[in-house]
Amino acid sequence: MNHPHQDQKNSSPAVDEHRRNFIGGSAALAGITLAPSVMVYGLAHSKPNDEPVTNKVRWGLLIDASKCAEGCTDCVTACFTENGIHLPSIPPKETDPQWIRKVELKDTRTARTQSLPVMCQHCEEPPCVDVCPTGASFKRADGIVLVDKHICIGCRYCVMACPYKARSFIHEALTDQNPDVPRGKGVVESCTLCVHRVDRGEQPACVEACSAAGHEAIIFGDLNDANSEIAKRVTTRASVQLRADLALNPGIRYEGF
Amino acid sequence: MASITFREIEGTSPRYWFLAGLIGLFAALGLGAAYYMEHHGHIVTGMNNSVVWGMPHVFAVFLIVAASGALNVASIASVFGKVMYKPLAPLSGLLAIALLGGGLTVLMLDLGRPDRLIVAMTYYNFKSVFAWNVALYTGFFTIVAVYLWTMMERRMNVYSKAAGMAAFVWRLILTTGTGSIFGFLVARDAYNSALLAPMFVILSFAYGLAIYLLVVIAAYTWSGRPLGDAVLNRLGRLLSVFVAAALYFAFVFHLTNLYFTKQHEVEKFILLNGGIYTTLFWLGQIIIGGIVPMLILFNPKLRAARGLLVAACLTIIIGGLSQMYVTIIGGQAFPLDIFPGWQARSAFFDGVVHQYTPSLPEIMLGVGGVAIALTIVIFGIKVLRFLPESLADSAVDPHAKA
Repeated sequence: MNHPHQDQKNSSPAVDEHRRNFIGGSAALAGITLAPSVMVYGLAHSKPNDEPVTNKVRWGLLIDASKCAEGCTDCVTACFTENGIHLPSIPPKETDPQWIRKVELKDTRTARTQSLPVMCQHCEEPPCVDVCPTGASFKRADGIVLVDKHICIGCRYCVMACPYKARSFIHEALTDQNPDVPRGKGVVESCTLCVHRVDRGEQPACVEACSAAGHEAIIFGDLNDANSEIAKRVTTRASVQLRADLALNPGIRYEGF
Repeated sequence: MASITFREIEGTSPRYWFLAGLIGLFAALGLGAAYYMEHHGHIVTGMNNSVVWGMPHVFAVFLIVAASGALNVASIASVFGKVMYKPLAPLSGLLAIALLGGGLTVLMLDLGRPDRLIVAMTYYNFKSVFAWNVALYTGFFTIVAVYLWTMMERRMNVYSKAAGMAAFVWRLILTTGTGSIFGFLVARDAYNSALLAPMFVILSFAYGLAIYLLVVIAAYTWSGRPLGDAVLNRLGRLLSVFVAAALYFAFVFHLTNLYFTKQHEVEKFILLNGGIYTTLFWLGQIIIGGIVPMLILFNPKLRAARGLLVAACLTIIIGGLSQMYVTIIGGQAFPLDIFPGWQARSAFFDGVVHQYTPSLPEIMLGVGGVAIALTIVIFGIKVLRFLPESLADSAVDPHAKA
């Protein structure tokens, strides 16, 4: 194809072409050099990889049940997609792993209905961590409760101990895994609060999806940071913890129910 | 009293080899089932994310509890100085080790990652009751092995009482630990009780002694050695007390729960409308495992009939397995109450009774554990002197009527 620029180029002196190449090359080099710095600037709130997590931070979620739409499962779909989990079978099987689920509630006295998501509650005193014989279940300094897949022996005692039905045991071989989220047959897993995203300065997938759906029912943030939205909300409005009678102080709070 | 001579059984008869072959077959089937389960994952079992402990745990916990109970006979001899039980003590130690070995094999092979046994042995979370149990099991093997050595090696006999005392205390702690695996689970309505620990101790007395009696009767009958009524009568009477005590604990446990309004739903589930769990509780645990053996064992005439004594022991074992099924699986089948006052529904089976049907490989693994325990026993009594040549009345009890 004959392009007008090509005609111009043919008529330009050779030195111009050299200069253009030089400028182009310099710009590319500058781009390669600056890009990481720009990215780092963009992730100013994320934790650098060589820095340990700190207990100055307590990650948590605040779920506003009054904004959670009945029948909407966008948070569940987003979680499963993000973490490489196959969507539950239809009808669901009790062997399917489930990191987050939508629970539909009906008040036994007034028949009032309510809908909300339930996931690992990231307790301050997690019973799953207490009972784990090898220490595979552990709580990070920033409050995220995780399973070390390398030392989990698959005894399932943590599943017995969890008051929230938040943990799943992997009953069969897995396919199509997300490299960011290692999983494996024969070990236990649960919501990681999207720790791989949190460490990059991003929000958990469920939070993003709920927001994208226009519900804004889930807020993620640092409960220890008095200026964070989540901390302001829990200090100014009534919220509850599930099974608060167990005094486990979960990092997941609920309001509006 | 005549001195007691211990001797290996000959173990060359066709009957011995047939028995060894039969037990070996079940052990092999159990190991094969475990391989099948590990290869395909727990998807081939009836277990799921709501009922995570299934049939293998019923057998494993039963065997582990029975193991500490089987040691009782030796404890009565050494700790409480009952001379009549002395000849019975070495078999009691062997059976304890065998049952624990069988139970732990099942427990280990049912892990999601049994290949990581070394991880379980090298990584410890000292707050975990499970981790305590790993230490308690290892200690039990060691202490009972030393105890057997002090009983069977003449030069070591002087230490037998001390070793017996250590083993007795250790076995009480061990079964307290086993009961606490469930007792410490705060989240589940069916557990969450300190009573489970002493209840498991009492249950262990009954299950262990029932198995012990069956093994003694089988070993002496099949090897043609004399077995008098005095020993059986004494052990049978003791067993009746253990069964009564087990019923008492079950009664107090449920009575307490029935008093607490918040526990009414779970009690209704176990005692009234829990389907298989209600049936196994009343028919298995209470009637077959409690009332029937008590009727036999409390009556001296019925107890003296060897066939009925064997029947009583078998019913106690059936009752024991039923009790474990109700405790372990029934406790998980009852839904967690995460939202008190609300009726919950979800794609993850919130608010509904969880389903569980044991699959054949699971049952084979459990039975395989029993077979492994019996293999250890029949091998043990063939190669070492665990059994007295005679348990005739005149040999064990100087006051026995001729």
